[in-house]
Amino acid sequence: MADMKNAVAAPGQGGFDVGAALKESGKAAFVAGLLGLPLLALKADNFGSKLGLVYRWDALFIAIAAVFVGRFLMILLSGRQKKSEGGVFAAFGKGIHNNMALIGLAGLAIGVLLPVVYPDRYVIYIATTFMIYVMLGWGLNIVVGLAGLLDLGYVAFYAVGAYSYAMIATQFGWSFWVVLPLAGVFAAFFGVILGFPVLRLRGDYLAIVTLGFGEIIRVILINWTDFTGGPNGISGIPPITFFGLPFKNGDHGTFASFFGIDHSPVQRIIFLYFVILVLATLTNLFTQRMRKLPVGRAWEALREDEIACRSLGINPTNIKLSAFALGAMFGGFAGSFFSVRAGFVSPESFTFIESAVILAIVVLGGMGSQLGVVIAAFFVVILPEVFREFEEYRMLLFGLAMMVIMVWRPNGLLSFREPTIRLHPKKESA
Amino acid sequence: MLFHDLTRPGNDEIKVSDDSLLEIEHVTMRFGGLVAIDDLSFTARKKEITALIGPNGAGKTTVFNCITGFYKPTVGRVMLTHPRKGRYYLERMEGFKIAQQADVARTFQNIRLFPRMSVLENLIVAQHNALMKASAFSLAGLLFMNRYAKAEKEAVERAKYWLNKVGLYDRADWDAGNLPYGDQRRLEICRAMCIQPAVLCLDEPAAGLNPRESLELNELLLGIRDQEGVGILLIEHDMSVVMQISDHIVVLDHGRKISDGTPEFVRNDPTVIKAYLGESDDEDLPQTVKNDLARNAGKDV
Ligand SMILES: Nc1ncnc2c1ncn2[C@@H]1O[C@H](COP(=O)(O)OP(=O)(O)OP(=O)(O)O)[C@@H](O)[C@H]1O
Ligand SMILES: [Mg+2]
Repeated sequence: MADMKNAVAAPGQGGFDVGAALKESGKAAFVAGLLGLPLLALKADNFGSKLGLVYRWDALFIAIAAVFVGRFLMILLSGRQKKSEGGVFAAFGKGIHNNMALIGLAGLAIGVLLPVVYPDRYVIYIATTFMIYVMLGWGLNIVVGLAGLLDLGYVAFYAVGAYSYAMIATQFGWSFWVVLPLAGVFAAFFGVILGFPVLRLRGDYLAIVTLGFGEIIRVILINWTDFTGGPNGISGIPPITFFGLPFKNGDHGTFASFFGIDHSPVQRIIFLYFVILVLATLTNLFTQRMRKLPVGRAWEALREDEIACRSLGINPTNIKLSAFALGAMFGGFAGSFFSVRAGFVSPESFTFIESAVILAIVVLGGMGSQLGVVIAAFFVVILPEVFREFEEYRMLLFGLAMMVIMVWRPNGLLSFREPTIRLHPKKESA
Repeated sequence: MLFHDLTRPGNDEIKVSDDSLLEIEHVTMRFGGLVAIDDLSFTARKKEITALIGPNGAGKTTVFNCITGFYKPTVGRVMLTHPRKGRYYLERMEGFKIAQQADVARTFQNIRLFPRMSVLENLIVAQHNALMKASAFSLAGLLFMNRYAKAEKEAVERAKYWLNKVGLYDRADWDAGNLPYGDQRRLEICRAMCIQPAVLCLDEPAAGLNPRESLELNELLLGIRDQEGVGILLIEHDMSVVMQISDHIVVLDHGRKISDGTPEFVRNDPTVIKAYLGESDDEDLPQTVKNDLARNAGKDV
């Protein structure tokens, strides 16, 4: 008796009760056996002209064993998770949380060094696409993650930025560097236009109206043929210059001749990569700074409780509009970058699925988490690219991965929020 | 129903309006056919605690919502005499401006903190308007200018002052939503005080507090009245709080004022006693209660 008591008590103290787990697994295996006996072990088959039974005890045994082991592992894993409040993944998240600044710098260093280590066209191309989505994610994070306004039409601002550069550059020949800030201003203006009618809406209603707004912009782009080129879009958009020096062959006034090096097409691609890296980094720094300022804090307060905000004399109209405008502005910057890189824009690039992907990045990353956006963008942009061979399964796996993440971490990958100001030094937690 | 039609003037001294802070004049609030407040008038005075009591559904919270701009009264006037800034007619002002310009602060019956922001951040958000001004709509802050850093430091100092007052200093970096219930109530009061209000409206601040916490709350409210000199308008069901700290009590029932006076006066007002005992006809009341009523009524008339 004494021995048995010990055996039961000891594992209990360890936090994981092996005995109970075995018992539970045994039950599951028993049920599997009961079900499996008629379903697996006995099989009716034809013996020549007669019907007879085939016994498949091996199949039954495998099924029971699989259920037993599977159930045991499930209990083991869920037990672990309870212990560390959310499991291994949460502990991992906490580790990230405690070293945020370091991780940010390391990420930036990797970003800067990438073209040096891999000056490969394809790698840089993918990295550039990745950075565009990171920037869009950071921009949308202002609206959705911080201000808590669910925006399903973010791609509209991306489109406004893209068409701003495409039209101004092809019509007036203005340089990218002049149009870039303008594109941001235009997009911000559209952000305010969207903002006004939706000021009183929240949640689902807001989502529906913003979705409509995104579609309106796309439909205008398709139908206003004289102005936007309609479904054919705008082609022949002037490529980027190195602050006035074009990337092409030539002895005078080109990037290569200025620096006394040989021309190579990869130079332009690498330069584009650095441009988006800088733009995205600025977006991030801006947001990080805004969070510590009255407007940024009011965004988060608005997300938490709009009524409480009113009672404190915060003007919700201004705060919402500022979130829409600034979020849209970064979408506009990214858009004009998109068109200078591609040299061609058409309404097809700005469909609802783009908005959905950007929103997925923000939500998967953990609303409001800047690092989360990067990690989620990696999942959403890089992984499908890596698994390009599995063409037809790509979207299936993508959907599966999203579901797994949302079940596992319903608040997104990194849902920790660091206060924007502290009274006491941060305690390191494991 | 006969009792409700009696207009009770209460104490005459209440009518003195020299030092009046908030004057509610003939306010009526209708929701469709429902009259939530019916021709209500009363005055809350500076540096006093005015309690608004009444049975459930009497319309107390609706009065607060009319004062703080969440509802526009159907009829009537709400006038604030700001100790530093002059007169405001609150019923004409847009919701958030009542807090922004007239400095009317409030708390909510169901606590409304910013749960996923830290305790300190809650108190700094409350100082949003001052900080916006100091930072030129955040622009100065974006450019790392000194004037924003200075303003933020002042805001933190004010937050610290209040945190120390209610013993939340050590937990300043906690998420507000993780605080125990009583602390959340206190934090909400601190947050309201951080806007440096002219009048503080508290909707059932003692609800859910244990007796010890309730006593601490009394201290806090008396401190706000005496040290900060801020007038308080208080909705409260807990009579131990109301009777101990109020200077003046207004009793509502079915949207009407049924009594108005000092705690002493209201406690013995038979109309109040009847309202609290329920709407049943006299015949249904137990004999002992009837006796009680008769005795109390006799005392005061
Ligand atoms: N927005 C509204 N629309 C319709 N009816 C309302 C609204 N707000 C309040 N009421 C009604 O007005 C009456 C008074 O409600 P109120 O919340 O002011 O009562 P209260 O005195 O605060 O009660 P309690 O002690 O339960 O908090 C109730 O009958 C309520 O249903
Ligand atoms: Mg109420």
